[in-house]
Amino acid sequence: MSELNLTSVPKLAAGYRFQWEEVQQTHVLLYPEGMVQLNDTAAAVLALCDGQRNVQTLIADLERDYEIEGLQEDVLQFLVQAQAEGWIRYG
Amino acid sequence: MAKIPPPLWLLAEVTHSCPLQCPYCSNPLELVPKKDELDTETWLKVLHQARKLGAAQLGFSGGEPLVRKDLEVLVGEARKLGYYSNLITSGVGMDAARVEKFRELGLDHIQISFQADDASLNDYLAGTKAFQHKLDMARAVKASGYPMVLCFVIHRQNMHRVAQMLDLAVELQADYVELATTQFEGWALANRDHLLPSLEQVRAAERVAKSYQEKLKGQMRIYYVVPDYYEQRPKACVAGWGRVFLAVAPDGLALPCHSARSLPGLELHNVREHDLDWIWYESSAFNYFRGEAWMKEPCRSCDEREKDFGGCHCQAFKLTGDPKNADPTCAKSPHHHLIGQAIDTSQLNLISSKPLLFRKR
Ligand code: SF4
Ligand code: SF4
Repeated sequence: MSELNLTSVPKLAAGYRFQWEEVQQTHVLLYPEGMVQLNDTAAAVLALCDGQRNVQTLIADLERDYEIEGLQEDVLQFLVQAQAEGWIRYG
Repeated sequence: MAKIPPPLWLLAEVTHSCPLQCPYCSNPLELVPKKDELDTETWLKVLHQARKLGAAQLGFSGGEPLVRKDLEVLVGEARKLGYYSNLITSGVGMDAARVEKFRELGLDHIQISFQADDASLNDYLAGTKAFQHKLDMARAVKASGYPMVLCFVIHRQNMHRVAQMLDLAVELQADYVELATTQFEGWALANRDHLLPSLEQVRAAERVAKSYQEKLKGQMRIYYVVPDYYEQRPKACVAGWGRVFLAVAPDGLALPCHSARSLPGLELHNVREHDLDWIWYESSAFNYFRGEAWMKEPCRSCDEREKDFGGCHCQAFKLTGDPKNADPTCAKSPHHHLIGQAIDTSQLNLISSKPLLFRKR
């Protein structure tokens, strides 16, 4: 498992599913024996952890889509946490 | 009462038939016969209705769900509906091709249960030769790209081998391992004197599980839950009656907990006659233990009632005769001595006259 830097490419860990839940009106992450409800920020980042774009592109895309600048620190912090939870991998 | 939350978890007990005969099975002693099982159409209807209500996690269980020839149909529909679905299986009835098929159809993961880490004990407890096949199936599951989820059901007769079980899990490259202590319901309750572990066993297993948890951090997730008989507080039954969990039995009875069938005074409804929306929100069974109005002392005035909701009602009923009593595994229960007695009896081995009862097939 490689480490987080701006060129690493995050994707959801095997067996995890990210989706919108209509009844709960929230994005969730589903995995064996569990489900977490995600806040808007977490959902926005995880939606882009598609195994295609690297961290730098992911941040740029978010800043563009949400018309905000300076997201780097927050995103990196979230990615560290998401990896510690086992939600994402780099590969 | 506060607004009733939607169900998030559907357990589809598609059959009670099983090629194995585990004496710790939590199915009821009165198994639902094959002829009374729901047909494919009705199961599809159940999947649709529960998903619409909000269920996101779906477990296919039994018995052995692989016995159902239409399981593939149900799995495929579950994926289309957006469920995150799980097959809870002994592995018997599976082959590599069927694993592949489930994968194509969009099943999210497969949990294979083991009776033990070695062939002779495993096959003794299963009542049939199954160990080698389980190993093969576990490998096939992993090879097809699934996360590997293993479950060891532990009790007095195999608990001394928790380290070996975890070694086996490592060898199989498991991602998740559940060390599930037997819950004393159904067949397990009938066999309690054979299955209830001693306090030393429980603590030893806990130490082993902890050390493996640390050693394998980031590689394998290990869940170990101390049996409620050895804790001073009960488990929150199914995360609270009618709050999260909805089970449908092989014959179509909708159950707030999978042993609810045994409770007296509970009018259970069948998905053949009622839709799940009504069953979840309106039926008396699902409202029976919702909220706190039903509680008696000591639960009624207990400051922990939001944590465990009074514990397991089935356990309260079976051990004290009244499902509204506090679960006797709670040290505050006036019936808590029953738990101590059960432990003493099982440790004294006063059971030679009563052989281990294997589940009917
Ligand atoms: S008294 Fe009842 S509510 Fe309180 S901890 Fe015991 S079982 Fe739970
Ligand atoms: S009522 Fe009891 S047996 Fe039933 S699920 Fe709850 S804890 Fe289990």
